[in-house]
Amino acid sequence: MKRHRVRRRKPAYTIRKAPLLVSLFFLALLLAGIASGEPGRVLEQACQVCLSCIGIG
Amino acid sequence: MEFVRKWVQIVVGFMVNGSWLFPWTRNIYQGPLKVLCAPGLNCYSCPASTTYCPIGALQHMMAGCRLAIASGQYYLGWYVVGTIGLLGSFCGRMICGWACPFGFCQELLHKIPSRKFGIPKGLRYLKYAILLVFVILLPLLAIDDFGAGSPWFCKYICPAGTAEAGIPLLLLRPDLRGTVGFLFLNKFVILSVFFIWAILASRPFCRVACPLGAFYALFGRVRALKLRLDSHRCTNCNACHRVCPMGVAFNLAPDDMECISCLACMEVCKFDAISLDFCGIPLGGVGDSPLPGKEEVAGSG
Repeated sequence: MKRHRVRRRKPAYTIRKAPLLVSLFFLALLLAGIASGEPGRVLEQACQVCLSCIGIG
Repeated sequence: MEFVRKWVQIVVGFMVNGSWLFPWTRNIYQGPLKVLCAPGLNCYSCPASTTYCPIGALQHMMAGCRLAIASGQYYLGWYVVGTIGLLGSFCGRMICGWACPFGFCQELLHKIPSRKFGIPKGLRYLKYAILLVFVILLPLLAIDDFGAGSPWFCKYICPAGTAEAGIPLLLLRPDLRGTVGFLFLNKFVILSVFFIWAILASRPFCRVACPLGAFYALFGRVRALKLRLDSHRCTNCNACHRVCPMGVAFNLAPDDMECISCLACMEVCKFDAISLDFCGIPLGGVGDSPLPGKEEVAGSG
């Protein structure tokens, strides 16, 4: 009996892995920032009007 | 698609500037949403701003990192860099085309009828120098007697800060008008130059001076969502080049870091040679249509 081999068709595209790796790297940075308490510092700065920063004073 | 993009720009613009109580409070929004990052350049001292500006926050982190480390807090800007890096690795400069309020302002200004000009290609490198020098090195290294730096880009260059925060705050609070000096005049001149330039050329600030655009441009080759050129379908008719607001010749340089993925080229391409893909996976079934073949195209023209 002949055995029929099922050939897998090659996909018409290749998946790019680099964006996923780069995303993981920056996700790790983001989590490190959260763990060190940076969001609180960012919030504190963002809630103040720094007049000299916008060219006044 | 252009209609959809305009609406996305308007909606994002309102989302990052969604606090409309400022005519009564005469102050900026100070709620918890400000822990979230605005994807585009949007000054967080704008009275309506509900999110933080990544470039402003990064400079403040750089400027204050010596003092923070001295007091045992390791605030090195990881949260900010991680957030914009994550956005950049997914969308890259697509954010400039779809979610930046200042980019949207320039697009509207460019619609004013006038003679239109190009921008020399060499000027595009200036924004990388601005990112490195004014956003990172000067805030980090030029410190005062107490060890604190200063947000140099915000202070001396940022036209978005003048338009969204400086001018509105001067209108809201007359007591501040007496403090207007050289700093404000310098920034007002920069804002005026870019606004007039935006009438004459497409998106001059994005192409020449935006440090956030420069940061996102670094992801040009490795971002998840990007445009792809099918060289078998492309006939080099240059239609994509003619419609590009960033002056990119997509048929010659599909990985150009300036591409803001506004999709104008994809729309204008008659041969389906340009498609959008996510990590290499084509979106929207592009490429299903039969290949026209260069001979056929040449014969029809």
